Amino acid sequence: MTIAVAMSGGVDSSTAAALLAQNNSFAAGSENVVGLTMQLWNQRRLPSLLSAESEGPEGRGRCCSLDDVYDARRVANFLGLPYYLVNFERRFEDRVVRPFVESYLRGETPIPCSACNTEIKFAQFVETARQIGADRIATGHYARIRRDEAAGRYRLYAGVDSGRDQSYFLFGLTQDQLARALFPLGELTKQEVRAIARDRKLPVAEKPDSQEICFVASGNYKQFIDAYLEEQGPASRPVAQDARDNELSKGEIVSSNGQVLGEHNGLHHFTVGQRKGLGFATGEPLYVIALEPARNRVIVGKDPELFHRRMLVREVNWICAANEGETLDARVKIRNRHVAAPALIEALTGNEAAVEFREPQRAITPGQAAVFYRDEEVLGGGCISAVLDGPAI
Amino acid sequence: MTMRRVYLDNNATTPVAPEVYEAMSPYLREDFGNASSIHWFGQRAKGAIEDAREQVSKLLNARANEVAFTSGGTESDNTALFGIVEAARGESKHVVTTAIEHHAVLHAAQALERRGVKVSYVRVGPSGIVDPGDVERAIRPETVLISVMYANNELGTIQPLEEIGRIARKRDIYFHTDAVQAAGKIPIDVEKIAVDLLSMSAHKLNGPKGVGALYVRRGTALKPLLYGGSHERDRRPGTENVPGIVGLGKACEIARTHLADSAARIGALRDRLEEGILQTIPGTTVVGDRASRTPNTANIAFERVDGEAFVIALDLRGIACSTGAACSSGAIDPSHVLTAVGRSPAEARSSIRFSLGKFTSAEDIEYALEVIPAVVQQLRAIAARVSAEAPDSRFSAASKHA
Repeated sequence: MTIAVAMSGGVDSSTAAALLAQNNSFAAGSENVVGLTMQLWNQRRLPSLLSAESEGPEGRGRCCSLDDVYDARRVANFLGLPYYLVNFERRFEDRVVRPFVESYLRGETPIPCSACNTEIKFAQFVETARQIGADRIATGHYARIRRDEAAGRYRLYAGVDSGRDQSYFLFGLTQDQLARALFPLGELTKQEVRAIARDRKLPVAEKPDSQEICFVASGNYKQFIDAYLEEQGPASRPVAQDARDNELSKGEIVSSNGQVLGEHNGLHHFTVGQRKGLGFATGEPLYVIALEPARNRVIVGKDPELFHRRMLVREVNWICAANEGETLDARVKIRNRHVAAPALIEALTGNEAAVEFREPQRAITPGQAAVFYRDEEVLGGGCISAVLDGPAI
Repeated sequence: MTMRRVYLDNNATTPVAPEVYEAMSPYLREDFGNASSIHWFGQRAKGAIEDAREQVSKLLNARANEVAFTSGGTESDNTALFGIVEAARGESKHVVTTAIEHHAVLHAAQALERRGVKVSYVRVGPSGIVDPGDVERAIRPETVLISVMYANNELGTIQPLEEIGRIARKRDIYFHTDAVQAAGKIPIDVEKIAVDLLSMSAHKLNGPKGVGALYVRRGTALKPLLYGGSHERDRRPGTENVPGIVGLGKACEIARTHLADSAARIGALRDRLEEGILQTIPGTTVVGDRASRTPNTANIAFERVDGEAFVIALDLRGIACSTGAACSSGAIDPSHVLTAVGRSPAEARSSIRFSLGKFTSAEDIEYALEVIPAVVQQLRAIAARVSAEAPDSRFSAASKHA
């Protein structure tokens, strides 16, 4: 069996590669493990962001930089693995970056990592792996996959290190993708991974962890979107064209009772729950409680107005087999750092689901992923499309 | 079990021939002197360099004192372009080159453009061979240099230098050729092609890496690229790479004495490989002119095959080849040569270059012909299955409809 391991140049995927290359519970020998790095984005494309990037924290969130490719190659060489760089820039832009920008412009706060997983890492990467003769792929994700023989299905679980668990980003995996994937770090804690990396003397053992969205090097999404729209120019898609025009993208900031409080310069500069940067001062703290793309309005209100109980989820992928009309009692996580909260989930037609939390949740944000858990198992998940009720005050 | 390894990427680089290695090795240890030194050590080194200059000049039918040693093809090309333009008189200067040059010429020309020099890039047709008439039509009163490669690195196509040389001579314009892919593969005669400057590199003809030569016709006005000592008749400063230069000399000598046999043997193997692929694999075509080519190169387009995955899959089966130029691998842009000869970006991405060499055997070719059809079948089967399966559409698909 040949395994293609996705190597980003970071300590996690490097350690995953090291475990596969040397741990015979996974592979027969290093001959059968191939290291691949996906070139996804060219940081030099948006030069206006480069100065912001160089001021950013060292070594963080710089996707596909020459340094990372260099590190990945060095680790592969160190482990004696054949290593290749594969270029997915075009597909990454089509399937991840552009949808990310468009989602922001629609007043959502998108989560590109899950789209990247389903569209790139577990789709294009799997295809390339199969083409080069690798039936299985491996990544450095903190998550676990188990085969349920009785049900004839693969099941997905959170990684044992709850602080590092990445199952939230993997809810979109299909049965075929789960069948092909290996997560060598799923049973390990980050601390153990670092220890293994040091023990094996991997060249990246001391490299700092990357954070933020990989292609937004500076971590400033608004700035990225502005630079991307600028680069795309007037010939870009209609939605982008509107937003490019500053006059057109300008809109009102209103209170929840309809009072106009100020003006904003584009919905993509705002996120539900945001407090700073509203551009005006008030006596009491005000938060963005909703974005209204139809009227290009930012709605602000007091903290309690951020709490809601019901939401609609679209494009749901069920990893467990859920039937239409079925109601599940589970926990739902509405952003990566959120603690999954008890809820009833009703599977609807058209891959939708209606979720009702036991307790109101703060800042349910359209565009983010809603992931359904039973204990550590990921039952499925989708994209939050709308908050259904008024504030649960 | 070690895998059989077949090296079919000789246009990227070649192994050093044993005789070349033998010739070089004394100059790393015993005869280590600096060729500029007065003493015995220096004289030994100097003597070796002059012997090598003789050997190189013979391969080109040049005079020994017209050969300057450099660090390789890239430096030779850059020296020719920048050196001629800088030495030329006149307010406005113009250079004629082609769209299929190696990046060492193309990017140097683009750098000249940024300095205000005008450059014309003559197009080529599907043959991959430039029309001398087009070169002539590109000439302007202020043209100071014509630079046309001898043999293309990706297609192997040989350019009509004799005709272009006549044109350049008639119009009194300096003529440079990048002969990196021609030297050692086809006969070169600087008088016949009437070039004033010619670039070559040792590692493409079983010599060592990091050394090359620039032929500069006597009387040519050329500024150096680098400044330092007065080595190489002021054309290239820096302490000479004596073992490298000795290796280049030896490689040229071997190439000259075996050129005809070697070309015939390698050409027959290349034809066997090419015919084997064209006959057993449907949807394959040769890119570029098949008649006027270096005998070692075959560029084949495989329909419905992703070249990047193909090269990796072949490497994992022990066969080394490449998509386009080695320098552009990993880049998203399709090869400028393939697009220049009229291939679509998709076609360009499905083209593979096989380049044979001195050490390619008949068994190597038979092994390649066993492996290649199977890998192509595997790639096409997966590509077909993937496009048949409805793509999983979640966030991004929704965004498109919105």
